[in-house]
Amino acid sequence: MHIVICIKQVPDSAQIRVHPVTNTIMRQGVPTIINPYDLFALEEALRLRDAYGGEVTVLTMGPPMAEDALRKALGYGADRAVLLTDRYFAGSDTLATSFALSQAIAKVGETFGTPDLVFTGKQTIDGDTAQVGPGIAKRLDLLQLTYVAKIASIDLAAREIKVERRSEGGTQMLKSRLPCLITMLEGTNEIRRGSIQDALCAARSQVLKWTAADAGIEDLTKCGLRGSPTVVKRVFAPPARAEKAAQIDTAEMALRDVADELITAIFTRQPALEHELAFNGGA
Amino acid sequence: MSSANRETPRPAAGRAGIKKELPAHFKDYRHVWVFIELERGQVHPISFELLGEGRKLADKLQVQLAGVVLGPPGEAMGNAVAEAFAYGADLVYIVEAPLLADYRNEPFTKAMTDLVDTHKPEILLLGATTLGRDLAGSVATTLQTGLTADCTELDVDADGSLAATRPTFGGSLLCTIYTLNFRPQMATVRPRVMPMPQRADKPVGRVIRHKLSVAEDEIVTKVLGFLPDSQSTKSNLAYADVVVAGGLGLGAAENLQLVKNLARAIGAEHGCSRPLVQKSWMSADRQIGQTGKTIRPKLYIAAGISGAVQHRVGVEGADLIVAINTDPNAPIFDFAHLGIVTDAIRFLPALTEAFTRRLSPHSRDKLAS
Repeated sequence: MHIVICIKQVPDSAQIRVHPVTNTIMRQGVPTIINPYDLFALEEALRLRDAYGGEVTVLTMGPPMAEDALRKALGYGADRAVLLTDRYFAGSDTLATSFALSQAIAKVGETFGTPDLVFTGKQTIDGDTAQVGPGIAKRLDLLQLTYVAKIASIDLAAREIKVERRSEGGTQMLKSRLPCLITMLEGTNEIRRGSIQDALCAARSQVLKWTAADAGIEDLTKCGLRGSPTVVKRVFAPPARAEKAAQIDTAEMALRDVADELITAIFTRQPALEHELAFNGGA
Repeated sequence: MSSANRETPRPAAGRAGIKKELPAHFKDYRHVWVFIELERGQVHPISFELLGEGRKLADKLQVQLAGVVLGPPGEAMGNAVAEAFAYGADLVYIVEAPLLADYRNEPFTKAMTDLVDTHKPEILLLGATTLGRDLAGSVATTLQTGLTADCTELDVDADGSLAATRPTFGGSLLCTIYTLNFRPQMATVRPRVMPMPQRADKPVGRVIRHKLSVAEDEIVTKVLGFLPDSQSTKSNLAYADVVVAGGLGLGAAENLQLVKNLARAIGAEHGCSRPLVQKSWMSADRQIGQTGKTIRPKLYIAAGISGAVQHRVGVEGADLIVAINTDPNAPIFDFAHLGIVTDAIRFLPALTEAFTRRLSPHSRDKLAS
């Protein structure tokens, strides 16, 4: 079984700071990580390979420094890593990104064998769109299984897959066919600790670096800024409210009195609440 | 590639794409559409929230607002159509077929893209639910148009383009996104981000039927079953009237009990900020913020939450926000209504105790009389 998993290198969101004057992201010194949602997809891909045999190819599009994310993925046990990097990809929105990745997946398929499964994470923590997975599926004409909580079974001979998919208010049990694209739900597994062998392999492995031309992309008008139908016109910090929070003074007051004062302030502003809380409270 | 035949050459544009030059074949795209999410007999409330927004956009553009219902024949379909009119639609498009009973990507994408190709809307709004996001990504890619996810504000600018504002950079800033040279302009909005509009009984207006051009034997994916969430695991967080949430300021996972205790005392739902889910202190369905639940309660109490933009956009619709934080400069005090600079770990038990005293049976009797 050949599995391709797409990952993204993202800034560690806990460390992002916005410049107070220029409203730009201060990237200097912000550590990067593999998008946390992608790790659930990576682990699932590795488990399937361990169970059914075959190979896991990990793919990312990004600047040259995204090689770090691929090396980490190799350290977890992926067999091969491809970095799609080219200045033509700069400024891609989700439509242009899914175009480039789908072309690269097709090239990976030609070179190393057609994938049976393509994985992505549910979404990224920097863009949060959840659009690239479905975009890749549509462009490669793959069946699309999003928000998958569990892969119940795979029958390689019959090319059949059964999954549990999270939907509004419940879980859908679906039967579909390989090849397909799966976006994996968070919390569905835990990423393994890479073995020593994997770490050694990762250190020795080559990360394949592909330009647009290497990936077989001929139509550069579909890449990067030019291939992106959406245009970001304005980036801004949310306007502050006219007045800041009214502070309840805590100096030299017992916590009990502060609490009473807060409750009085709450009910002064929202008088109907007292009645509601009194009858809804479960205490 | 299945979609190759639909791809149209686009005008050359760098950042100059900001210059609007809508190709001639998009010029007759008009009207605002809202996807009405009908699943297992129920319309998701996000559909009505979107109709409220769609109404404003349609009025500004002086065009019509249409609902789109995809589903099986039956009473639920009729109700969904009637509700779409009650919440402001001028007309409703329906695709009615038994095979649309359960959501599946293939037939829903086919139905929606066929409808768009035939009737050409300029704006298409969908809910950012698991269904809406699954569908929107496929539809936008098939139509080769722009899609802006999780918008927190929608507007039309002077030349009639949709201005879709959403949090960006992990929710630390907001950005406004345009789809200038393609149609339809697509956007998704999370549940509860927009207020619920007033419902008014109205006669069912113009309904336009469209045939589904795909048969069951052409659809690969089959639904084997559906397991509804059990009542005990279901949280009503998004639609709760009172919410108490904890953040990193609580210091340790066990201190979340203080949040739950207060919530129980005042009949509130409890939740948390994003870092706590990442630390596995609480389950993801309790996360409040851009990537979790958006809430619009009458009272929101945030304990030990600093108030990053991605949290802010999820709670700004609350009538009254109370913030408890040790840091007087925490951004949460910029948008909370009431603030207390103190340690939530010490203060929460005092607050729980004070509420319990205030809301005792005795005072309940007084209030009832």
